[in-house]
Amino acid sequence: MKFASLRLAAVAVGIFAVAAVHAEDVTGAGASFPAPLYAKWADAYNKATGVRVNYQSVGSGAGIKQITAKTVDFGASDMPLKDEDLRKDGLLQFPTVIGGVIPVVNIKGVQPGQIKLTGELLADIYLGKITKWNDTALTKLNPGVALPDATISVVRRADGSGTTFIFTNYLSKVSPEWKSKVGEGTAVNWPAGAGGKGNEGVASYLSRLPNSIGYLEYAYVKQNKLTYTLLKNKEGHFASPDAVNFKAAAAGAEWNKTFYQLLTDQPGKDTWPITGATFILMHKLQDKPAQGAAVLKFFDWSHMNGDKMADELDYVPLPDSVKTLIHKEWAGIKDASGKAIAAQ
Amino acid sequence: MNTAVYAANETARLAKHRRRKAMNIVALTLSMAAMAFGLFWLVWILIETIKLGVGGMSWSIFTDMTPPPQSGTGGLANAIFGSAMMVCLATLVGTPIGVMAGIYLAEYGQKTWLGSATRFVNDVLLSAPSIVIGLFIYAVVVARMKTYSGHAGGLALALIVIPVVIRTTENMLSLIPNALREAAYALGTPKWRVISSVTLKSARAGVMTGVLLAFARISGETAPLLFTALSNQFWSGNLSGPLANLPVTIFKFAMSPYENWQKLAWAGVFLITLGVLALNILARVLFRNKH
Amino acid sequence: MAATLPASHYGQNEMSRADPLGQPPTVRRQATWPDKLFSVLAHAAAVLTLLLLLAIIGSLIVGAAPAIREYGLSFLWRSDWDPVKDQYGGLVMIYGTLATSFIALLIAVPVSFGIALFLTELSPNWLRRPLGVAIELLAAVPSIVYGMWGLLVFSPMLSEFVQQPLQGWFQNTPVLKELVSGAPVGIGILSAGIILAIMIIPFIAAVMRDVFEVTPAMLKESAYGLGSTTWEVVFKVVLPYTKTGVIGGIMLGLGRALGETMAVTFVIGNANQLNSPSLFEAANSITSVLANEFAEAGEGLHQASLLYLALVLFFITFVVLALSKMLLARLRRGEGVRA
Repeated sequence: MKFASLRLAAVAVGIFAVAAVHAEDVTGAGASFPAPLYAKWADAYNKATGVRVNYQSVGSGAGIKQITAKTVDFGASDMPLKDEDLRKDGLLQFPTVIGGVIPVVNIKGVQPGQIKLTGELLADIYLGKITKWNDTALTKLNPGVALPDATISVVRRADGSGTTFIFTNYLSKVSPEWKSKVGEGTAVNWPAGAGGKGNEGVASYLSRLPNSIGYLEYAYVKQNKLTYTLLKNKEGHFASPDAVNFKAAAAGAEWNKTFYQLLTDQPGKDTWPITGATFILMHKLQDKPAQGAAVLKFFDWSHMNGDKMADELDYVPLPDSVKTLIHKEWAGIKDASGKAIAAQ
Repeated sequence: MNTAVYAANETARLAKHRRRKAMNIVALTLSMAAMAFGLFWLVWILIETIKLGVGGMSWSIFTDMTPPPQSGTGGLANAIFGSAMMVCLATLVGTPIGVMAGIYLAEYGQKTWLGSATRFVNDVLLSAPSIVIGLFIYAVVVARMKTYSGHAGGLALALIVIPVVIRTTENMLSLIPNALREAAYALGTPKWRVISSVTLKSARAGVMTGVLLAFARISGETAPLLFTALSNQFWSGNLSGPLANLPVTIFKFAMSPYENWQKLAWAGVFLITLGVLALNILARVLFRNKH
Repeated sequence: MAATLPASHYGQNEMSRADPLGQPPTVRRQATWPDKLFSVLAHAAAVLTLLLLLAIIGSLIVGAAPAIREYGLSFLWRSDWDPVKDQYGGLVMIYGTLATSFIALLIAVPVSFGIALFLTELSPNWLRRPLGVAIELLAAVPSIVYGMWGLLVFSPMLSEFVQQPLQGWFQNTPVLKELVSGAPVGIGILSAGIILAIMIIPFIAAVMRDVFEVTPAMLKESAYGLGSTTWEVVFKVVLPYTKTGVIGGIMLGLGRALGETMAVTFVIGNANQLNSPSLFEAANSITSVLANEFAEAGEGLHQASLLYLALVLFFITFVVLALSKMLLARLRRGEGVRA
């Protein structure tokens, strides 16, 4: 017995002696919304160049914290930082992809895309003001749908998330009462509803609670073929959630002024009102210029080769004009001697 | 003499006997029911785990890396390796400290203030939420070294191992009767020899239980690794960088909407459960108590 | 007349204790260096443990300082938790942690005792090891699995077979009605409590079984010899003898219950309001709010409040432990006094 444990210990020490150090390993952390896409890009990039870009989803807030603390090479956040916050920490940000947040219901007999909602009604439901599905406001808007005489079971996110930020940002724009009572953020003081952990938790509650409503990322709704609703946009049309309508929301943004753009409630005939971009944060002054250059090379590669993969995973790639603006922005990332690290 | 009193006493005695007997039967039945209760949950959870996990099991789990979403089956090789490394590191670091501290408490510090303080402190550490331990290691190791690392992950897990091992070691050592120790002392054995060759050896099974319980606990711990080892999409044998590990990978994959990821998550769960069970049985066989 | 002792390796000084006519040794035996080294290592390990806790608490206090300065003790009974307006209060989470752990212990302690009793007294020898391993297997299941199983499999069952019937039975009972009100969807304090109970049973049962097994057979046989039933032997002889170990095992289980994160987070519902005393309502616990919100919490009052909650959890543990020590002291005082 004594020798068995000695031998085990020897083997363990041997394992620790194996250390593979790659000079160009890059680490990033942040938002969970784009994590699957970054993973796919990183895998393809690794096959193409051998460089390993390791991205982990720990939440937008954590992403901001980590890049500020310089424990990662780049951070990711669904919530853009304001320009003065960027200046304070010496960061710059640029968007990578666009996605949408979709209200989903679970009512017997109701098909996807059947129910119409407006922003104010959505806010009232989440405020707890509208409590039954056959409330007059809802029935007036949906004359052909058999809405039951039942309490609305509200479901929302329990954990802090960028999805919540985009959703509450939209509600704050369309409902002054929401803005003053609850406000926007990655985590808010929800007046009503059960909190599910992650998209999975919300979807699980939705599937088990009859007459429930919740909000989910688009990829999730599409993958699981959930019952989404239509939403009235700024122009008064009832838009349906799909990639084209997310793109339309991004088209109107003034990217050339600043990358701090909130794409909720944008004008346009078919724009989906709850759209948002996700951002990458990097330091303007790079302590490790080799790592910084590797990060920029990766995202440059994704601009040229990543759009198809984004489509496959139901994300919306950026328009080319925005990509050009991003390239220009990269010139602002310099190393200690003042030289720009981006190749072009 | 007085037959009435005698008869009354007799009935009372018989009644008391019946009561005691009934009490015994009730208690023993309840105890069997408790056993069945415990087994019921075990069987139910295991069946669900097997149902969902076995489908994803194949040799590729051990040979392929974690895949990107929706592309192919992939495997969990990097996560398994990283987890194994960190759990081994944690056990190697935590067990000696825990056993030595447990020895201190049982052999040197029964009445000293250091002993009482350590006992109390240990009990508090036992209830420390694993997430707080992760945050502590983050502040002390990760933020200082400016990188996530497998070392930090292993350290965080070691901090979870130590209190469990201390408690069980102390418990088992203090139950060894003093006669054993005195016999050894009487033969002229120095204290350290008494402890290592006599007391510890007798309590071996119990101490191993403690180490095993700790090992089982840390193999499934997610929260402390989130802030210390992060995780890694790729293969890495490097303990000083982010390291893939099974619990965080399972967590991430299970919460996603992608089918290939979910399948891998349940396979990973099945693997951890199976692994710990195998270890349990192995250790029981190796360290079987002679009496 | 002094007999010559065979040379011992303790050195010249020791020879002076050779006199069999009773001269006491003039020099104390020095500990050899292995003894000293071992003793130093053992002491160092204990001190390390002490320092560890101090370091953890220290880093928590440093992190929670903004919240402590802002709220002081009122944090403990404020119940609003609003990250947008930067207002925090810990009552909901503290209640959730205490309630779920209490329910967990209520279920787990009797069941573990029953299991330990079965394993040591009732079960046939060949069944002992497999059943013991089976119970310990419950500890092998990762906490995430408990969470996911709890959410996806257990809570629908709970809702259908426990919550709805309970609501039906207690519809008109005055106090109990409040305890079981609310939507019976299988999440909430009761769910979390039951799942925690299942999680801590293996810890408590394993320790109880180990200490029951080490009880000297002589004690038990004396009791049997006097005609005790099995139950009486266990309850009146074994349990008092092993009470330190048993209470130690219960503390181990309680510690696990208080600090469990993942399993609770999935099924407790994560609602930061305390609208009713019902066990079926969604609630929140300290660990699950830490898991949910810490990663996203900004550097200011939000993060500090979360760390303040972690400090409160440590404090709750202190209080519980101190109470158990007092209980043990009182039990020990009664030893040897009862007729």
